[in-house]
Amino acid sequence: MAISPPRNRLWWNEPIERVEIGWIVVAFLWGLFMFFFMIAWHFIGGQNLSTETYRIKPPAYEEKVVAFAEKYQVAEEDGTPVVRPPAGEDVYLLARLWEWWPLLELKKGQSYRIHLSSLDWQHGFSLQPVNINISVHPGYEQIITLTPTQAGEFGIACNEYCGIGHHMMTGRIRVVE
Amino acid sequence: MSDHPEPEVQPQRVPAMQQLLDNPFLLLFIGITIPTVLYIVWGVMEIASIPVAP
Amino acid sequence: MAAIDAPYPGSAAAAAIFRTCRFTGLKVDIAAQRLIMANAVAAVVFLAVGGVMGLLVALTRWPAVHLLPSEWFYLVLTGHGANVLLFWIIFFEIAILYFASAVLLGSRIATPKIAWAAFVLMLVGAVMTNVAVFQGDSSVMFTSYPPMQASPHFYLGLIIFAVGALIGVGIFFGTLVIAHGEHTYEGSIPLVTFGALTAAIIAVFTLASGAIILIPTYLWSLGLITEIDPLMYKVVWWGMGHSSQQINVAAHVSVWYAIGALTIGAKPLSEKVSRSAFLLYILFLQLASAHHLLADPGMSATWKIVNTSYLMYLAVLGSLIHGLTVPGALEAAQRRNGYTKGAFEWLRKAPWGNPAFAGMFLSLVMFGFIGGISGVVLGTEQLNLLMHNTIYVPGHFHGTVVAGTTLAFMAMTYYVLPLIFQRDVIWPKLARWQPYLFGIGAAGISLFMMGAGTLGIPRRHWDITLTDAMHPFDLPSGGFLMMGLNGLSAVIAAAGGILYIVITVGTVLWGKRLDKGDAPLNFPLHKQAATVAEYGSHTTVKLPGTIILVSIFFLSFVLYYFVNWKYLSEIWLLR
Repeated sequence: MAISPPRNRLWWNEPIERVEIGWIVVAFLWGLFMFFFMIAWHFIGGQNLSTETYRIKPPAYEEKVVAFAEKYQVAEEDGTPVVRPPAGEDVYLLARLWEWWPLLELKKGQSYRIHLSSLDWQHGFSLQPVNINISVHPGYEQIITLTPTQAGEFGIACNEYCGIGHHMMTGRIRVVE
Repeated sequence: MSDHPEPEVQPQRVPAMQQLLDNPFLLLFIGITIPTVLYIVWGVMEIASIPVAP
Repeated sequence: MAAIDAPYPGSAAAAAIFRTCRFTGLKVDIAAQRLIMANAVAAVVFLAVGGVMGLLVALTRWPAVHLLPSEWFYLVLTGHGANVLLFWIIFFEIAILYFASAVLLGSRIATPKIAWAAFVLMLVGAVMTNVAVFQGDSSVMFTSYPPMQASPHFYLGLIIFAVGALIGVGIFFGTLVIAHGEHTYEGSIPLVTFGALTAAIIAVFTLASGAIILIPTYLWSLGLITEIDPLMYKVVWWGMGHSSQQINVAAHVSVWYAIGALTIGAKPLSEKVSRSAFLLYILFLQLASAHHLLADPGMSATWKIVNTSYLMYLAVLGSLIHGLTVPGALEAAQRRNGYTKGAFEWLRKAPWGNPAFAGMFLSLVMFGFIGGISGVVLGTEQLNLLMHNTIYVPGHFHGTVVAGTTLAFMAMTYYVLPLIFQRDVIWPKLARWQPYLFGIGAAGISLFMMGAGTLGIPRRHWDITLTDAMHPFDLPSGGFLMMGLNGLSAVIAAAGGILYIVITVGTVLWGKRLDKGDAPLNFPLHKQAATVAEYGSHTTVKLPGTIILVSIFFLSFVLYYFVNWKYLSEIWLLR
């Protein structure tokens, strides 16, 4: 019984059921496969989260974003600048209570180096309906290289709780052909 | 069980793996050490080595 | 309990008071029994509080109902997490640790006075944190990520609770030493006690991580430290946050084995295999704390892959082994009990009317199929991008902690009541339905939240219509439907939860006393429940039913795993 000590003092020497051995082998190999598949995806897959990260003070990051927005601003919507950076350019996106700033206009099929950081609390970059979800921290600037593969309007929600206005925090990325 | 001789079983050596599984404090030690080293210490080192923005 | 105050050493052993359980023949230390009762009662109280909060959360996230205003929603969600993820679970686990050490080993419990002090500390801490939450300025969620700040006593309560729980775990280790030293058992500890030991070891790492990060955070909230690094906090905090749920896994797997033994006389197919599976937990399970940092900046891919995979999925291997050996032990036992026809007579004729058995089996199936598979997928480095911080995450952990752990602990309660409280379960006809009601609700909650998360619905979010947002957009309507079904499932689960609380409290207060007379139990034990474990290999028959079940499970796992890779390969390119 599982609730009393094993009767056989040297239970380690008992043979193992064949069905148990078989399953252990299958399960172990499956685990190895899943482990190596993660590594392999870094070489064969198109979706890997970059780990390029720098420490930065929030005011310094804000300066960079403002300079970027001024340089490439093309319009204004809902009081927020719409920014159209050239393809391949560094793109700066800012998370703060409670918005993603500025609005971006990107070209389909072009790659951009997107910088992400927060000015205040932790936020969650959640691009919808694409469903790419990344944590954004204050004090850390993460750079991901993103290539939109669809055109259209995409929303950014915040999916890391950031206080009472959390559910009002959004942004937008427009992808043009 | 002094009144209950078990001549065949008793003199045998307990296998090393069973000795390990029968030793709660050794298990405690390795059960704390592995995650502390692989997860916490290594993780903190990763954070500490993040460079400052250019 | 004058014995405890005895002035000279060695007397505690001689003077501890025992009773012999007339159902199991186990020798029960009265001091341990009282401690188990106190911790179990506290657990159920916090389950009731946290459960009500959970229902309120689900009703608010049901778009058609949208019950609470936003401030209350975030407040209640914070309280829900703390009360059920920490307080209910850990109080019950301390009860299990005392049971698995003192009662199963027939020993006296180590230092009952200190164990009571631990209980008081845990209670004070839990109440203090609840007070902070209800005062309204600590709606920081269970995770309390800085730089968002709660009231100092929010953190202090958690620290006091963790210290109390750590002392409780120490009592467990002390009791193992006493039982060994006083030779209350022979040879190795029972498998269930070994599972509890696994839980205790993980608990030490968990509670130590919690203390390490929450103490500076507490000082920061007092203004004594200027800054807490948010990334550093997240790494160490999840050493507690995730590992605390790994205590659950070890604990509820032990409960599965225990209930199998009590209800149908199941014994492990092989001690070696089952214990080795627990050893894999001890070594690697806690690394999965990295699941929460896969979408975060700064951590290298190597660190992520090594940790998120529990070092090459060796802890998953442990779970997969239990996934075969638990149903295998049940099948073998049922075949010994005479149900040998076909592949599944053993399962059809299992004691489904016994809520302990039914709850255990549902917990086993749902933990594997819902919580387990989704956990591995969610914890895959790249796949995490698809679901990180969506409501898929709560979907996954309601599959593990609610459908898995909570249901298993509820099932165990149907034996804690008669064997420890010595009161027979009241309303047996109603109790029979309780695990099904709660189980169906819990499965619904998990699956529908996972579905909504796959569609991008964020977690911890008051308004997915985004009406008040500056740049509103539409989240998929399928997600709204899923959140409605989630609310409906939460109502069903709540009905099962209320039934559980009413039956438990009613039994403790008014159940028929079992300590006198020789009345039988409403939910009888298997006649072999009290006998010594015997190696089953030679007498075990083949296990076709288990092989079929495990094959179905494995195919679902592989299929779901690749479906998600397919999905990932279709999103925007990212490097």
